[in-house]
Amino acid sequence: MRLSKILMAVGLSTAMMIGSAQADSVKIGNVVELTGGGATVGINWKNAVEMAFGEINAAGGILSRKVELTNYDTQTNAQNSRAMVQKALDNGSYVILGPIYSSSTKVNMILTRRAEIPQIVGSEAPFITTAGNPYIFRTSFGAAQSMPKLAAYLKDGVKASSVGVVWVNDDFGKGGRDTVISELKKRGVKIAVDISTEVGQADFASDVIKLKNSGADAIFAYLHEEESARLLKEIKKHGLKQPVVGETTLMNQKVIDLAGDAANGAKGHVGLSADAPVPAVKEFAKKFEAKYGNKPDHNAIKGYIAAYTVKYVTEKLGKFDSKAFAKALHGMTISPKNEPGILMEVTWDDKGDIDRQSFLVEVVNGKQKITQILPKLGK
Amino acid sequence: MGEFFQLLVSGLATGSIYALAAVGFTLLWQASQTINFAQGEFVMLPAFFVLIGTQVLGLNLILGLLFALVVSLLLLGLVFKRLIIDPMLPHGVLPIVISTIALGILLRDSVKEFYSAEAQPFPAIFSERTLSVFGAVISLQDIAILITSLTTITVLQLFLTRTRTGRCMQATAQNRGVAEILGVNVNRMILYTFLINAGLALMASVLISPIYLAKFSNGESIGLIAFIAAIVGGFNQVRGALAGGLLIGVVDNMSAAYISAEYRTAFPLMLLIIIILVRPQGLFGTAEERSV
Repeated sequence: MRLSKILMAVGLSTAMMIGSAQADSVKIGNVVELTGGGATVGINWKNAVEMAFGEINAAGGILSRKVELTNYDTQTNAQNSRAMVQKALDNGSYVILGPIYSSSTKVNMILTRRAEIPQIVGSEAPFITTAGNPYIFRTSFGAAQSMPKLAAYLKDGVKASSVGVVWVNDDFGKGGRDTVISELKKRGVKIAVDISTEVGQADFASDVIKLKNSGADAIFAYLHEEESARLLKEIKKHGLKQPVVGETTLMNQKVIDLAGDAANGAKGHVGLSADAPVPAVKEFAKKFEAKYGNKPDHNAIKGYIAAYTVKYVTEKLGKFDSKAFAKALHGMTISPKNEPGILMEVTWDDKGDIDRQSFLVEVVNGKQKITQILPKLGK
Repeated sequence: MGEFFQLLVSGLATGSIYALAAVGFTLLWQASQTINFAQGEFVMLPAFFVLIGTQVLGLNLILGLLFALVVSLLLLGLVFKRLIIDPMLPHGVLPIVISTIALGILLRDSVKEFYSAEAQPFPAIFSERTLSVFGAVISLQDIAILITSLTTITVLQLFLTRTRTGRCMQATAQNRGVAEILGVNVNRMILYTFLINAGLALMASVLISPIYLAKFSNGESIGLIAFIAAIVGGFNQVRGALAGGLLIGVVDNMSAAYISAEYRTAFPLMLLIIIILVRPQGLFGTAEERSV
């Protein structure tokens, strides 16, 4: 009898301790591409998110509660990402971070909307923020923001009168391809050839030969990172002389590392870059490289910013309220003066799109070289 | 015309790499009735042996390649035969198929877990310059890949037909029992076949990785295409595997350029279906009969 009482008391106190530990923490689900074709981008994001929450927890957490981060692997598979988001929601996540691939976000953002949990993603396809979902927020420019800048650059900067467009046949690629073609046509630039490629495609020989024989003045490439590197290598192999222009993925440091010499001369627009002439970004890049041994790409910066956005908005609200979080972030501007972890001043609009400084870059000797700083669109 | 010529050369170059892997399929099938469904992973893996040699052990590229050759022969040849094929062989083809599928998954996930899930740059073995032929700009790398692969397969064919060991291997493949009666060391001949397959896998890996990058998942597509190439050409003939590989490479390139890039992966499969319906033994294969 006495023994059973002792056991009951031990059980109760253990349960209370666990309950108290849970009350002292807040759960964040990080649903991201850790394996499969998107592992390159997902691992950068994951490492930066872990680094940011590590710093936040070391400084006392958010509203004195420690962040309990759980990573969920989408395996770069849209259906799997949906299952992982559901798992993160069932686990009681306060906010969901990720994923990066637009095709995954497309199928899982319905779940966070239904659960009224904010989701901060790295996706760039236009439809992410045009579906009227009040719980979705970007960390980088969508194609609708970046493509007008790129089309203008192709016409006025590169002086191209015809462009060969090569894109990846998924939601990310299709969104970018449709927007850039529309913007190029508006400016009177002809589309010399329009080539779709597949996610994970390894052989780009036929695509490059088509580009070569199209007579295009420039090539616009809108593929994921690994495929971008393979395309650049194939372009070099076939001796194409046209400038290759792209968006953030083409300019990714991982693409430059994988493509080697073949990346030199590639040009493009990037929303975020570890080489940006912004002291806070440089400081972050230094810390990241020291911790993980590789230079952070734009996805790492996006992940870092996403984590500090959670911190800032929650502290601004003074409570953990997912619904109020989503409401507050619409129209909010976060400045590095108020939250150093945000790195660069950023504004979210009523749809969850962001506005921020961006950069035109060129790859020179295996490194991104910023050639022009573009101001916030709202300025 | 220039575009067609470029597509042809590029398709032949890629196809010749598929042929190396496809020849491995046919050799193992002939020698030991083994269908190695981990063949794609056998092509993926040696690139990582080279990277371990050059990046972890600090060897230069040549020594890295030699290191990869030794490790490939040991692991993908000797250990594969002793540990998986030998115990499974008495139980028939199906256990071997299942075992090699499992081995493929194990190799893929091991590279992902212990090396990296991310693609890795791989040093180019040949010059990346271009050559102008009849107005078409051809990649020297493509020409070099094509020559290397074709030379390798020709040397292999000569070895099999012109040397005593090669003829013993052929005898083993044709009739193991009779070969044994004639004094051929059958087990040794089978081991040679596995070692040659490991060498071919290394060759394919080193040729394809500078273009495809080294990645744990590369084996899935390479293995499937090489398997299709072996069936299309003829599963029991080295020259059939060569023809199948080259044909698949050209069909893939031409269909992507002239028919539909979206459905490019479907065309080799369509070719496979047609061949199975019209000539089940493959283009150069011979019909085999087995008692049930």
